[in-house]
Amino acid sequence: MVQLTLPKNSTIRTGKTWPKPEGATNVRQFQIYRWNPDDGKNPQVDTYFIDMDSCGPMILDALIKIKNDVDPTLTFRRSCREGICGSCAMNVDGINTLACIYGLDEVQKDVVKIYPLPHMPVVKDLIPDLTHFYAQHASTMPWLETKTNRPAKEWKQSIDDRKKLDGLYECVMCACCSTSCPSYWWNGDRYLGPAALLHAYRWIIDSRDEATGERLDDLEDPFKLYRCHTIMNCAKTCPKGLNPAKAIAEIKKMMIERHV
Amino acid sequence: MGFLTDRKRAVGRGASHTGTEHHWFMQVTSVGLAILIPTFIFYFGSALGSTHDEVLATFSRPFPAILTALVLVVGLQHFNKGAQMMIEDYLQGSARKAAIIFTICLSYTLMGTGLFALAKIAL
Repeated sequence: MVQLTLPKNSTIRTGKTWPKPEGATNVRQFQIYRWNPDDGKNPQVDTYFIDMDSCGPMILDALIKIKNDVDPTLTFRRSCREGICGSCAMNVDGINTLACIYGLDEVQKDVVKIYPLPHMPVVKDLIPDLTHFYAQHASTMPWLETKTNRPAKEWKQSIDDRKKLDGLYECVMCACCSTSCPSYWWNGDRYLGPAALLHAYRWIIDSRDEATGERLDDLEDPFKLYRCHTIMNCAKTCPKGLNPAKAIAEIKKMMIERHV
Repeated sequence: MGFLTDRKRAVGRGASHTGTEHHWFMQVTSVGLAILIPTFIFYFGSALGSTHDEVLATFSRPFPAILTALVLVVGLQHFNKGAQMMIEDYLQGSARKAAIIFTICLSYTLMGTGLFALAKIAL
């Protein structure tokens, strides 16, 4: 549902300003969203100062440095540090991205503002609750569905058919696209969102899959699929350079081909 | 929220198996209006500043009259379905249903009124 203002218990207050590192000459300011579900307080934005001469080049490096050297209570997800796991998705300087592959030099402003992915329930600090997002992904049956008896060796696929999966299989389910989509903000309970639809298309066009009709049937709905209004935020923000909007448009084209 | 599982909440009531006709209709009417509207503006614009009798004469001719009728019917059907999509985006529950009903009534009222006025001029 559309929410143009934050609920009272979600309005963001000014938080603690942590001391600058002593003797540092190359200091950069970070403003980071903090919220602890256990203290009953509203979210706040804490200010940190980092010595850039002793910090790695990526946003995640700065966050890890803050956690190690300044404030061990800062909470965020991270794992692979190379853009494969999708854990460290967050909003940096107004852009949904992966903190591990987004350079500090890409932030043009002096102050680096870091928030959790927008319009999602927050578990703590920079960690959004992606339960519904993952359940929507699971509902698209992201696996090979076949009815023919399993072949002795493998399901074969031509080189051309395999190429159709490029630009789709690389999605790491970081949720940057879905949480940048206004349609997903307003109707995320029913609209599947760009990530789930990209994965759905990945299996729809897989030459080995035998459930194409059922998959299209499951998507044919004014909310599940047709809430996409080609806003294109998904394609603009995807940290892996994928184009979920194109995948959704291809699904719509397949729907029309079934009807007309 | 009850004790629904995450999967149950995500699947909801399943797919309604509709929406493609709506999407196709919007695409077709968009293409149609891309041709109809500029042509209508040309005739409407050329009639601006004319006398009452000259305007009546213009819209009494078959082509401008049929064109105007098409703009009314196709344009307001397009408005109707487009507005429904916007309403579905921003409203929920009873407000959503009431707004959709109002939009449908409004578009058909405008369409009927326009066609009646056109018939009075053209026939």
